[in-house]
Amino acid sequence: MKWRINTVIGGALIVLLLGTAVTAALWTPFDPLRINLKARLQAPSALHWFGTDEFGRDVLSRLMAGASASVVVAFATVLIAISVGVLVGGVAGYLRGWTDRIIMAVNDALLAFPGILLALAVMIVIGANKSGLVLALGLAYIPSVARVVRGTVLSIREKEYIEASRVIGNSETYSMLRHVLPNAIAPVAVLATSMFGWVLLAESALSFLGLGVPPPAPTWGNMLAASRPYMETAAWLSIAPGLCIALTLLGINLLGDSLRDRLDPRMAHG
Amino acid sequence: MTAPLLTVDHLRIEAARTGAVVVDDVSFAIERGEFLAVVGESGSGKTAAARAILGLLPAGLRRAGGAIRLDGEDLAAITPQRMRALRGRSVGMVFQEPMVSLNPAIGVGAQMAEGLALHEKLTRGEIRQRCLEMLARVQIRDPEHTFDAYPHEFSGGMRQRIMLASVMLLRPKLLLADEPTTALDTLSQREVLDLMVELARDHGTSVMLITHNLGLVSRYAQRAVVLRQGKMVEAGSVQQILSAPREAYTRQLVDALPRRRAATGRRAGGAPLISVRGLKVAFGGRQRLFRRDADVAAVNGVDLEIGAGETVAVVGGSGSGKSTLGRAMLRLIPAAAGEIRFQGRDVIASRDRAFRLASQLVFQDPYSSLDPRMRVGEIVAEPLCHVPELSSGERDRRVVGMLDEVGLAGFAERWPHELSGGQRQRIAIARAIVRHPSFVVADEPVSALDMTIQAQVLRLFERLQAQYGFACLFISHDLAAVEQVADRVVVMQGGRIVEQGSRDDVFDRPQHEYTRALLAATPVLDFAGQAAARASG
Repeated sequence: MKWRINTVIGGALIVLLLGTAVTAALWTPFDPLRINLKARLQAPSALHWFGTDEFGRDVLSRLMAGASASVVVAFATVLIAISVGVLVGGVAGYLRGWTDRIIMAVNDALLAFPGILLALAVMIVIGANKSGLVLALGLAYIPSVARVVRGTVLSIREKEYIEASRVIGNSETYSMLRHVLPNAIAPVAVLATSMFGWVLLAESALSFLGLGVPPPAPTWGNMLAASRPYMETAAWLSIAPGLCIALTLLGINLLGDSLRDRLDPRMAHG
Repeated sequence: MTAPLLTVDHLRIEAARTGAVVVDDVSFAIERGEFLAVVGESGSGKTAAARAILGLLPAGLRRAGGAIRLDGEDLAAITPQRMRALRGRSVGMVFQEPMVSLNPAIGVGAQMAEGLALHEKLTRGEIRQRCLEMLARVQIRDPEHTFDAYPHEFSGGMRQRIMLASVMLLRPKLLLADEPTTALDTLSQREVLDLMVELARDHGTSVMLITHNLGLVSRYAQRAVVLRQGKMVEAGSVQQILSAPREAYTRQLVDALPRRRAATGRRAGGAPLISVRGLKVAFGGRQRLFRRDADVAAVNGVDLEIGAGETVAVVGGSGSGKSTLGRAMLRLIPAAAGEIRFQGRDVIASRDRAFRLASQLVFQDPYSSLDPRMRVGEIVAEPLCHVPELSSGERDRRVVGMLDEVGLAGFAERWPHELSGGQRQRIAIARAIVRHPSFVVADEPVSALDMTIQAQVLRLFERLQAQYGFACLFISHDLAAVEQVADRVVVMQGGRIVEQGSRDDVFDRPQHEYTRALLAATPVLDFAGQAAARASG
């Protein structure tokens, strides 16, 4: 088995990210919440690698602490959106008829709202905290997953190997689980990796509106949001979390693509 | 005699990246007005050779040597501009897939006019006039309407005629036809090729027909070139190649043609295994705003009996309802009316599980009938999951034995995409047979395969049938294959059975005119004296 360079880079980035997220509390150079007004808005230096923010808090420490919040939110959201979306879309695509029409009518109604607006509405009901954020964003992204899965299932169930499975005597449910879903993985995997990025950005947008994870707890999103007034005078404040989000997305995408290829027997040996 | 129109000299085509040779040292010439057949199976390089003439090799292939001369002009030395001027104007091409070779978003007329507008200075009115004349020439019933219609409104045969019309509009000196009728049923195939020959004769066009069908070669071509794995095997007059092949491979091709065997008399009488009475299958009409179009009856009142171990062939053109009949008999499509009895039990009313487990289906397209995410061994083992009394050890033994029997021993760990079309079809057959069914529906099981592979798969199928004694509904538009395997033949047209009888009766003494038309359109080798025999018989 050959390791491709993409897999290695993606894997390294994700391992680094997860490692930081889990262990951040143990070795941040400074307390991410400690305010030091004498050291406001300092440029990156040997002491503060990524500078300090408007309250004199160490940006590197806050990035490390924020990693766990951002990553947990993103992973949990993607997990919810994908699992519920696959279930809903799969059921609609496989049962068709009235079930499909009703599910898809509700789905399309949800799709008609901008995702962020939907999330906002949910957040207001549930309250601004981490689990509320996950639920709100998850709900906002379910419809698009459901659409993609339904379409894929509809096209796969017309394939002759599904008919062959019926001739063999397999039940509809078994055919669905054994033959249809595994072949629908590829588009879902692509969607999941790109969704990870949307969620990171949506989290920052909600935080910016004051509905994300409440301050002073750091997330990459609310750090990005807080850096806006200082964009011209203290650019490092927005560059640092932006870089973190970008590298995370790069890692997820590289790893997701190679995982997808490896799971597909047609690619793995090609 | 003047110089040939086209000479291909020591042509060599390689894969650009790996250097693998696709076409190796192929030379042939086409005289003016001549009909040359290029015969070969998949991977023989016949399509690559034709595309090289037009300078349209697919990405990844390049010409590595040799010369192509058209009318004395060296096609290797000319500029891309000159090449574009030659395409269409001097050399036209008709492709295999009529369903995708016309642009669905552009009207038929506009597509036909494209070439004329590009190569000739004509007014819009003149162009329209020329197109209409040509459409009438290819026997399109309503040229005016066709000109303004879109491709999806036409059947495959009609589209291929439209394609032919738009190519011949420019009166090319050379027509390249790459398997132009492979996707069509027997009757449309005959119509399209007859038209092609007529048009070519009228315009003095030379034709290079790329095909795998020796029957077509013998009916239409004067000379033939046989290719195998990129190399020339044999070239000569069609008469000589087909009746006295010099090379072993050519002989193998000729021998691969299906032939009638002595009647087996497998139908011993007694109660039929399956009987179908008044079977009707309707597809719902399109839902309009306030009403629904009338249902379309794909199968309209079919009575049929199949005895144990018997092979009944269902033949008919596209849209005759033969595939629908097969699927309805397996209860994959609900029947609108009628009854199906299996060993005397009504299987429609009772949703008979025993019938489901005793019946199987072999598909036409081996590329889409196997789950790409399962290994060959798992695919063949899957039907056995429904035989609970089988221990897993026995199951494995049965799978290994079955793979061995279809000639693919040791393939259990492979993936479907690693196999060739013929190998996949063997796997599909293994999957169908492994549970020892008593009834198998084979829906065009060999029409997607190469000739020699067809012969192998048909032989395999016959051997397995003799061994396991299952009854078979053999659905096919290829009468030659039917003639080889069938005990009885059922002819369908428009959802109804128009004629049925023993194979010899239907082939030698056809009663219905549709049967006669089908038989007449089936290309056969005329040299073996079959035509004479048929005429006198």
